[in-house]
Amino acid sequence: MVKVFERPKALADVPTHYCPGCTHGIIHRLIAEVIDELGIVDKTIGVAPVGCAVLAYNYFTCDMQQAAHGRAPAVATGIKRVCPDSAVFTYQGDGDLASIGCAEIVHAAARSEQITTIFVNNGIYGMTGGQMAPTTLPGDKTTTSPYGRDTSKQGFPIRISEMLATLDGPAYIARVSVHNVANIVRARKAIKKAFEYQLAGKGFTLVEILSTCPTNWGITPIEALNKVKSEMLPYFPLGEIKDIEAGEKK
Amino acid sequence: MILDVIMAGFGGQGVMLMGQLLTYAGMVDNKQVSWMPAYGPEMRGGTANCTVIVSDAPVGSPVVSEPKAVIAMNLPSLDKFEPLVKPGGVLIYNSSLIHRAPTRTDVRLIAIPANEIAAELGNTRVANMVMLGALLAATEAVSTSAVEAALKKALPAHRQDLLPLNLEAIARGRELVK
Amino acid sequence: MGERILMKGNEAIGEAAIKAGCRFFFGYPITPQNELPEYMSRRMPQVDGTFVQAESEIAAINMVYGAAGAGARAMTSSSSPGISLKQEGISYIAGAELPAVIVNIVRGGPGLGGIQPGQGDYFQSVKGGGHGDYRLIVLAPANLQEAVDLVTEAFDLADYYRNPVLILGDGLLGQMMEPVEFKATKLRELPAKEWATNGLRNHGGKTNIINSLVLDPHGLEEHNIRLQEKYARIVEAEQKAEIVDCDDAELAIVAYGSTARIAKTAVTQLRQEGLKVGLIRPISLWPFPVKDFEKVIPTVKSFLTVEMSAGQMVEDVRLTVNGCKPVYFYGRMGGIVPAPEEIAAQVREILGGAK
Ligand SMILES: Cc1ncc(C[n+]2csc(CCOP(=O)(O)OP(=O)(O)O)c2C)c(N)n1
Repeated sequence: MVKVFERPKALADVPTHYCPGCTHGIIHRLIAEVIDELGIVDKTIGVAPVGCAVLAYNYFTCDMQQAAHGRAPAVATGIKRVCPDSAVFTYQGDGDLASIGCAEIVHAAARSEQITTIFVNNGIYGMTGGQMAPTTLPGDKTTTSPYGRDTSKQGFPIRISEMLATLDGPAYIARVSVHNVANIVRARKAIKKAFEYQLAGKGFTLVEILSTCPTNWGITPIEALNKVKSEMLPYFPLGEIKDIEAGEKK
Repeated sequence: MILDVIMAGFGGQGVMLMGQLLTYAGMVDNKQVSWMPAYGPEMRGGTANCTVIVSDAPVGSPVVSEPKAVIAMNLPSLDKFEPLVKPGGVLIYNSSLIHRAPTRTDVRLIAIPANEIAAELGNTRVANMVMLGALLAATEAVSTSAVEAALKKALPAHRQDLLPLNLEAIARGRELVK
Repeated sequence: MGERILMKGNEAIGEAAIKAGCRFFFGYPITPQNELPEYMSRRMPQVDGTFVQAESEIAAINMVYGAAGAGARAMTSSSSPGISLKQEGISYIAGAELPAVIVNIVRGGPGLGGIQPGQGDYFQSVKGGGHGDYRLIVLAPANLQEAVDLVTEAFDLADYYRNPVLILGDGLLGQMMEPVEFKATKLRELPAKEWATNGLRNHGGKTNIINSLVLDPHGLEEHNIRLQEKYARIVEAEQKAEIVDCDDAELAIVAYGSTARIAKTAVTQLRQEGLKVGLIRPISLWPFPVKDFEKVIPTVKSFLTVEMSAGQMVEDVRLTVNGCKPVYFYGRMGGIVPAPEEIAAQVREILGGAK
C-alpha cells in the first residue's frame, strides 16, 4: 500500500502544545516538508523564538537553538558564520520579530545574512495572553488595547515584508497565508524557494505567514480563518514582494 | 485557619470565579483571605485551579500542599488533588462528570451532581455555584449573607437578574450536604 | 479611605501607582506581570494618563528616562528577563539622578527560565545590575497591602532622593489576590522639580540638562562622590525591616518578600512546638537593614536565611552578622515555592531535633 500522508522526517513524532485552530502546527509541517524534500535535515539548524513557538526545538528533528526574545536573527547570524554550508532558519512571531526584535531583523536583512526567516504574523502576542502586537489591526481589541487599537496613540500596524524589501540585502521576501488549501500550497512553495535561495547563497530570505490565534482573538477557529481572509489580507497583501531573480514586484 | 481549599476543573467551568467569590465573602466577613491561581501555559491545556484561604490570622503562604478541602470539577482535577487533601478534610467532587469513586478513606467524600442540578435550574453555567454551596455547607467557612454580597459584587450591573439563579444554585448545593 | 478591595497583586500595584500620581506607564508583556500593563492600559485613559506598550523593555525604560526627566511620575514594570534588558537604562537613570519606579515581578531564571515565582534577581537588584557605581532603593513587599503602601512610598523616595526605586516582587505576589486599602498618605515634603526639562517657559528661562556623561575624570569623580554621599544618607535614613518574635529567639529565620510570609507560618508552627524561633524580614533590601540586625545579633544564637534562590541575600546576612553567629541557608530554585513545613524541618534540624 502506498502511504499518501506521512509525517515529515524533519518533524518530531510528538504532540504539540498549540491551541485548537492555531496555524503554528501547519507552518511547522510546511517547513519540515521542505527540509525533507531538499534532503537537508542533517545540515539544517533552526532557531526558536520567544513566543508560542518557543518549544519549536522539541518539534523539529534538525539541530535547534533557542534564542532570547527578538534576537533569533542575531543568533542565526552567529550559527551561519560558523557553519556557512548549513541551512539556518529562524522561526519568529510578530511580537518577537516586529517589536522587540525589529533591530535584529533589519540588520540581518541589511547584511544579507544567508538565513531564512519564517515570520508568523498572527497580529497578537499569543504566549503572554493576547496583548497588542505591532501587527494588530486598527480598532482590534487586545488586553493592552482594551478600547481597540487607536492609531493616534498606539500607531499603525507595521508591514514588515514591504519595509524589509526596501533594503538591498534581501534576496527573497514573500507574504503568504495558510487560511485555505490553495494558500497553504503557495506558502509551501515560498518556503521552499527561500531555502533554495539560501542554499544557493543568494542572500537573506524571509517568508511572512499570516496566521491565526483563535484563543486570544476570542473567536472560533473557523471565524479566525475568515478573519485572516476578510480583515488581514486587505491590510497585508499576499505575494512575492521581493525576488532578486525576478526583479522588484508589486 | 478557618479553611484552605483548592478548587480545580476545566477552563470555562468557573473555577477561578468560584474561588474569588469565596475569597470576597471571607473579606466581607472581616476575615483574612487570599486567592492564588495556578498560572501559565497549564491553563491553556484546559485545566485551571486556584487556592483560597480564609483565616483569622494573617495569611502566610497562599499556596498549600495539604488543603483542608478540595473541589474537583472534573476527573483530571480529582486525580491530581485527591491525594493532597488533609486527613480529616473534605473532598467534594462533581459526580456529573467524574465516574470513578475517590479512593481516600480518611477524608469526608461528597459527591455532587453539579451539572445535572445546574441543568435542572436551567443554566449549566451555575454548576460551580452548586459546588460552592456544598463547600459552604460542609465547612461553614463564610456566612450566607457574605456570599450574597460577593455575588452582587461579582455580577455586572446588567446581569444582576442572575442573582436569584446563583443563590438558588448555592442553596441546592447546600441541601445535598447534611 | 477604609474600604478594603479584593485585588490581584499586579493590579493593586498599578492602582497604587495611579493613586500616587503616576500618569505615565511604559510596559511590555511578560509573564507573570502582564496584568500590570494590562491594568494600566485600561486605567490610564480614565485618569487622563498615558499608557504606552513599548517595542521592548529597553525602549520602555528609556521612555521612563524621558518622562522622568521631563518632570513626571513615571513607572515601568517587567519580570526577570525584561528587567535584565532594562539595566543599561536604569544605570542612566541613576547616573542622571532621575526619580522613577521600576517593578520586577520575579520569575525563575537564568535565561528564559520559567514563569513561576523566584528570588534569583536579588544580586541584580541590590548590587548594581547595570554598569557603574550606583544604587537603587530596593523595596520588597511580602503582602499586597504592603505592596500598595510601598509603591506610594517608592514614588516619594524617588522624588525625594532623585533616585530610581525598585519594587521587588515575585510571581506569587503578582498573581495572588488579597484585600487592599488605598490610604491617602503624604510622607515627605518634596522639593519642586526645578531640574526638569519641560521647556524654558516652565522653569524661569534657565536651560536644564538631563545627562549622565561627564568626560572630565575629576568631574566624574566628583559626581560619583556626590552620588555616594546621597547613598550614605539613604543608608542612614531608609533601612526598613520587620522583626517578629526575636526577643527570646535561639534562631532567627531571615527571609524577604513572599518567602517571608511563608517563613512566618513556619515560625508560628515552631513556636507551638515550643521552639524559640523568630523572623527578620528585610523590607528594604537596599539599603540592607543592618541596624535591625544589630538589635538581634547579640541575643540570637544562629540565623537561617531562606530564599527562592541558590543563596543571594544570605551573602548580605553573612556580611552583617560578620562571623559573630552561624548563618545557615535553605533555598529552592526554578520556581518552586518552599512550604512552611519544609522551612520548619530545616529549623528543627539546626536546633537539634524537635523537643
Ligand atoms: C525580554 C523578554 N521580554 C518579554 C518576554 C515575554 N514574552 C514571551 S512570548 C512574548 C511575545 C510573543 O508574541 P509573538 O512573538 O507575537 O508570538 P506568538 O506567541 O503570538 O506566537 C513575550 C513578550 C520574554 N520572554 N523576554
